Amino acid sequence: MIVADRKKIPEIRDMVKDHSRVLLVGCGTCVTVCLAGGERETGIIGAALRMALKLAGKNNVVVDEYVIERQCEDAFIDVLAQRAADYDAICSLGCGAGVQALAERFPTKAVYPGLNTQFIGILESQGVWTEKCAACGNCRLGSYFGICPITRCAKRQLNGPCGGSRGGKCEVSDSTDCAWQLIYDRASAMNKTVPFETVNNAHDWSTSNDGGARKVVREDQCIAGMGPKA
Amino acid sequence: MDKKPVILAFCCHYCAYAAADMAGSMRLQYPSNVRVLRFPCTGKIEENHILAAFERGVDGVMVAGCLEGGCHFLEGNLRARKRVERAKKILDETGVDSRRLEMFNLSSAEGPRFAEIVGEMSARIEPLGPSPLRRDAQSVDAGIAEMTKQAATMAAQGGCK
Repeated sequence: MIVADRKKIPEIRDMVKDHSRVLLVGCGTCVTVCLAGGERETGIIGAALRMALKLAGKNNVVVDEYVIERQCEDAFIDVLAQRAADYDAICSLGCGAGVQALAERFPTKAVYPGLNTQFIGILESQGVWTEKCAACGNCRLGSYFGICPITRCAKRQLNGPCGGSRGGKCEVSDSTDCAWQLIYDRASAMNKTVPFETVNNAHDWSTSNDGGARKVVREDQCIAGMGPKA
Repeated sequence: MDKKPVILAFCCHYCAYAAADMAGSMRLQYPSNVRVLRFPCTGKIEENHILAAFERGVDGVMVAGCLEGGCHFLEGNLRARKRVERAKKILDETGVDSRRLEMFNLSSAEGPRFAEIVGEMSARIEPLGPSPLRRDAQSVDAGIAEMTKQAATMAAQGGCK
């Protein structure tokens, strides 16, 4: 899932303070699961934002809250369209994709981000999320026993480990596991050996975002006349 | 503006609420400016309940739960403490002094302790003055009445999350 965390209240306040009616829009998908922009967090940020605006002398700014199931898909924004007409600004508590989906849907309205989108990751333990995927567009997990060195090695080394691996930890931080130790351990658990003598080719980054925003097209799914943007 | 601070006490049904009751039965004196809201467990209290109280203009909020290790729902009071800590950070970011919020632990047998913590909280809030979000006594009372209804609904539902 996409992991995000909330921006500080003063930053959100300063973005929206010059508007008269602001709709805080939560998202019921990834950011609900990572406790950043779901129904509960939308309520918390809404209350804090209203107080912060009042204390900044912006007594007339109205802040309301609404949560939709998914911000990153136009069909799910439909339920918001009528309500959004009453506001001159939207503060999205979705990920960066959600913010931009709202901006595309409401071209004349100011749209602001209420969260900082962090990474694609997993819930490591209650309240702790860690990055697992760099979305590089060319997955090589099959060659590394299910551990991604691009994401989890600080040096992104495809041929590791480096000399900074100590006791299973990375030299960058004692709290960071060495990805290559994890690869070695996992291979051992599978009764296999890591083919250290085989040199892995340099990564093909052309599938990453070097050429600008990427696009996935499934032509069999593209049906003319379907959906609001068709 | 009414200068007397209004303190809202979010009290667990199994300890602080009973302790407040006992304080009353014992004819103990404590500041009259505290309004008690009964919750089924402090673990039922979310950060947005606390923020809602401040938004409605109360001058201080105290969350009173069971002694650590003695929660009727095992860990509701531990969760409440963490939520209170997080709410304090949000209050500071917002511009409301986080000293206006505090968590206390006590058992149902501690009526005198309840009177004591209410006194502590009142003594802490008074020098801070009225909440910068306070409008007038009537609107604060209306806000508290609204929150009391919500708390009563939660109490009827019971449980902890």
